[in-house]
Amino acid sequence: MSEAGATVMEVTSARRIAWLRRRRAFGRAWHEYRHHLPGMIGLGILVAAVAMALAAPLLADESGLRAINTVNNPTFASPAEFAPLGTDGLGRDVMTQFIWGARTSLLVGLVATLLAVLIGSVVGITAGFFGGKIGGVLMRITEWFLVIPFLPLAIVLAAILGPSVRNIIIVIGITSWPQPARLIRAQVLTLRERDYVDRSRALGASNWHLMSRHILPNVSPLILANTTLTVPIVILSEATLSFLGLGDPLSPSWGQMLDDAFESGSITAEAWWVFIPPGLGILLVALAFTLCGTALEEILDPRLRDRRE
Amino acid sequence: MSARFVGAKVAGSLVTLVFVICFNFFLFRVVEGDPVANLYRGRNLSENQRDKLTKQFGLDKSTGAQFVSYLKQTATFNFGRTYTGNAPVWDEIKRKAWPTIALVGVSAILSAVFGVLLGIAAAWRRRTRTDYSVTAFSVGTYSMPDFWLGMVLLTLFAVVLGWFPVGGLQDASSDATGLSKLADEARHMFLPCLTLTVGYLGEYAIIMRSSLLDTMREDYLVLARAKGLRDVLVRNRHAVPNAILPVVALLAINFGFVLSGAIAVEAIFSWPGLGLATYEALKGPDLPMLQGLFLVFSASVIFFNLVADLLYGYLDPRVRPA
Repeated sequence: MSEAGATVMEVTSARRIAWLRRRRAFGRAWHEYRHHLPGMIGLGILVAAVAMALAAPLLADESGLRAINTVNNPTFASPAEFAPLGTDGLGRDVMTQFIWGARTSLLVGLVATLLAVLIGSVVGITAGFFGGKIGGVLMRITEWFLVIPFLPLAIVLAAILGPSVRNIIIVIGITSWPQPARLIRAQVLTLRERDYVDRSRALGASNWHLMSRHILPNVSPLILANTTLTVPIVILSEATLSFLGLGDPLSPSWGQMLDDAFESGSITAEAWWVFIPPGLGILLVALAFTLCGTALEEILDPRLRDRRE
Repeated sequence: MSARFVGAKVAGSLVTLVFVICFNFFLFRVVEGDPVANLYRGRNLSENQRDKLTKQFGLDKSTGAQFVSYLKQTATFNFGRTYTGNAPVWDEIKRKAWPTIALVGVSAILSAVFGVLLGIAAAWRRRTRTDYSVTAFSVGTYSMPDFWLGMVLLTLFAVVLGWFPVGGLQDASSDATGLSKLADEARHMFLPCLTLTVGYLGEYAIIMRSSLLDTMREDYLVLARAKGLRDVLVRNRHAVPNAILPVVALLAINFGFVLSGAIAVEAIFSWPGLGLATYEALKGPDLPMLQGLFLVFSASVIFFNLVADLLYGYLDPRVRPA
């Protein structure tokens, strides 16, 4: 749609203009994204992984995850003996576990990230917008959580709460919010001083109006890029926590598969097919999110634009 | 650096340490339930014995009084005794710290050195095949779980090829001393060290590359070239020393994770350090041990964050307050 088209269009409300502008900005960003090769590769991997996770019930029978149903299968059968990916130390089909593992890994990765970014955004926007005492206290708390080493804290919390998918999400969510909070606060600090915020305040806008209508829409591209870049960290954290025995054995993730592979001695059995697929799965999905996040950051963050030329 | 800058940073770190110590008390208070029952799980205790233990653990006192004695004991490095083995937690931690410091310390330095070299090579030959391969390698290794890389290397080089031992600190049968003992330990350390080095290296390479790319736009590099300096001199004397600042800070921060950084990798290679101790304490769970480990890990991170801040203030005058 051209600029001329917009002026001819009947203008009904401020909200409609805002939406029109946002839709256009989105269109421009998507156009740029389409020409970003690493970003498109990442997006492709993600679409494939999500499709596999969603179609899991169609691709593999869930009963294959329980060792009780696979007693007749050979243990540590290589891919040549038991197509397509062999079996693990309990005779379970690796392919079935891999497909269902994608579900848990992606679910934890996405939901825990959303939780972390949600907490981070609320803290970051509040701290940045109000500054002063409230902001100071909030940032002090954020800094405390930043220095408590993530993994030991997550381990301790997971050990306290007990192993389940929900608990893993909570643990990762409440230990990963400080970085987004700090980043978003820094951005809000610069936005707060802009003229349009002053003007809106002079017109009598409330703090809530300023935060929800002016600050939030302007930090949301940053939040989007940051969210995408947080997912790989969260997926790797989930893998480590599951490997340490803090995951839910009943809905195995890729990290849980690695734990099972290690505990059942597939290393000494030279059964590489048990731990190569879940590791590669984690690697590919984490890599894909990093590629997408970096592409988004380059497109949405004006400061990084001249990096690309 | 002014004394005020240093004082403010040190004071901030101390406040954080106090926060973590308090947090540690209440965190484990949530889980503990009944420590006496936890400790003597499944065994019959007479009412008399129970009361005695409750008194001995100080559980008959109020939470406030327990908190005070917790603070006193923490100040004297008394973290209680482990459930498994009934040894003082602090002695266990001291004993197991050295293998971890050796393994992760060496890996941290190696990964920083190789990461920086790769980052320089990539930035200086921007948009060439070198740049693309370094970036792909860095992002790839950064995206893989380090313990998975350990599993792959262990299977390939220790189990299938038999070039390296499958785990531990030294051969159980070996009674070697001196140099041959050291050589034996180095052979055992090779694979876990390689795992951690490759695992950490990507981050350094990415940061060094991006920092050097920023520096390469500076006017003083144009000036250096205009003076007629050779490319190597421009790079080594003018660009790299300025671009390396963020890497130094990252290295200092990563040193804080030397104690806690290799929990899963140590478990894979049965390396008898704090990481393996954490892994084993989790199986119990051995709560006093976990509590002690958590405190030591946090203290080390806080200390090295302080070092990073001071180092940065010393190296980069711009972050110092006037």
